[in-house]
Amino acid sequence: MTSPVRWLRRNLVVIAGLGTLAYLILPNVIVTVFSFNKPNGRFNYEWQRFSTDAWTDPCGVADLCGSLSLSLRIAVWATLGATVLGTMIAFALARHRFRARSSVSTLIFLPMAMPEVVMAASLATLFLNMGVSFGFWTILIAHITFCLSFVVTAVKARVMSMDPRLEQAAQDLYATPLQTFLRVTLPIAAPGIVAGALLSFALSFDDFIITNFNAGSTVTFPMYVWGSAQRGTPVQINVIGTAMFAVAVLCVLVAQLVGGRRKRS
Amino acid sequence: MTDPTPTGLPPAAPALAPAPHPAARRKKLVPYWLLLPGILWLLVFFAAPLVYQASTSVQTGSVEEGFQVTWHFATYWDALGEYYPQFLRSVGYAATATALCLALGYPLAYLIAFKAGRWRNLLMVLVIAPFFTSFLIRTLAWKTILSDGGPVVSALGSLHVLGLTDALGVTEGHRVLATPLAVVCGLTYNFLPFMILPLYTSLERIDGRLHEAAGDLYARPLTTFRKVTFPLSMPGVVAGTLLTFIPAAGDYINAELLGSTDQKMIGNVIQSQFLRVLDYPTAAALSFILMAAILAMVTLYIRKSGTEELV
Repeated sequence: MTSPVRWLRRNLVVIAGLGTLAYLILPNVIVTVFSFNKPNGRFNYEWQRFSTDAWTDPCGVADLCGSLSLSLRIAVWATLGATVLGTMIAFALARHRFRARSSVSTLIFLPMAMPEVVMAASLATLFLNMGVSFGFWTILIAHITFCLSFVVTAVKARVMSMDPRLEQAAQDLYATPLQTFLRVTLPIAAPGIVAGALLSFALSFDDFIITNFNAGSTVTFPMYVWGSAQRGTPVQINVIGTAMFAVAVLCVLVAQLVGGRRKRS
Repeated sequence: MTDPTPTGLPPAAPALAPAPHPAARRKKLVPYWLLLPGILWLLVFFAAPLVYQASTSVQTGSVEEGFQVTWHFATYWDALGEYYPQFLRSVGYAATATALCLALGYPLAYLIAFKAGRWRNLLMVLVIAPFFTSFLIRTLAWKTILSDGGPVVSALGSLHVLGLTDALGVTEGHRVLATPLAVVCGLTYNFLPFMILPLYTSLERIDGRLHEAAGDLYARPLTTFRKVTFPLSMPGVVAGTLLTFIPAAGDYINAELLGSTDQKMIGNVIQSQFLRVLDYPTAAALSFILMAAILAMVTLYIRKSGTEELV
């Protein structure tokens, strides 16, 4: 066996894995590069020449930043709603025995096992039948509904893995139920709750299918991008995509650094 | 599901002894109070809509004159008869994309779990980071990558395989955009992280000593993978394929942005029936057929993969 062949064989997994990673990252590279483009027509699909115009004027296109702030507002409220409701359900499921437990579990599981388009169409049917006008509130209700199950799953996993003897110890030390909950249970469950909340925020902010059915004429950021695929894609979309990516990666890096330092000290 | 009450503890814990006291009765009601708001929410905004949709699917009428329940079950047959190509296409595209996700995602999950060493966290960040750019923007970027003058078309052209792919019906007229290849490529890309994360979770749990043991017993690396690693990663494979297949089968974004009218999936039909044609009964019937088909396939799959795991 010649040595390059052997090297290739030994590193096949690494090469294939890095290939997949490139496939995952490539569109982000394109989005970033094309945020510096100056397209000739309305569409930003072909490279013309370098320009920082879009970066100096990110809100330069009508309605873009309005849709962005609407998406952020909806995501914040949806996260809050889904996290509160979901955490309560998760505690009931993880900590208590009660009747109809399996039906409750099914009711939590079904929204996740259903194609989004089915949930979207059925919720819109309800709103149509009720004569509710589509807009901010219908979007918010839809988002809370589909985020809820994900919060329950995240929080329940954390609470289930927690040692119930810790709470008994607190009670043996004459802590009231409220004190036990606030000083023992909640801090241990917090990582699960935070994970559920972050997931909700990401799901809500980036949701298109369910929003498309329940928004009426209200335009969230994904709705704006979708519309622009028909009307013409402004470079500013790429600027916002790139900025979101950069901020997120920065947050992760800072969290890693802080976490690492804390672990060391 | 495990019972959270501790069974390993001595039963003498006095704090747990049931006291015939009003406080005990109040404690029994705690789970119901915790469940009430969330379950009520799901009943009103998840279960009730499904009931409304069921009733809509057997209505007839028009937007102008209103819809009445006439128990018109023929809507289901008509919808199936008219749109079965889109149904079959959805299942075909989603299955292909799921298989590709598994083939592409497994090496990366394996790399992160066993070979990355101190690069593990960085690789994890790189897998998750694309999520932070709106997926619609990223899908639009594929329009650039797959465009007629783009890198993929010129690479395939210089390899002289476009004639072959044209003949196979994967590409058309030496183009990639607006072909099945583009839509499957977009689907694979969009749902790949949903495959990688569960795969990674189950691979990471595998005890490294099992690999050593297999090696000590003279298993070749490939045999170790086939007999030890892969069977132990089955929970991740099952979770990953479900998390990829279900959303891919109902997706209409990739077909709309990267495909043409010849690549329309069932999601596109439901969307246009509901939001453009305003034919609510047909949209509702199609949704129910899609839901039933997916639930049936998922149940069958879970059962089958469960027995495979036992063998």
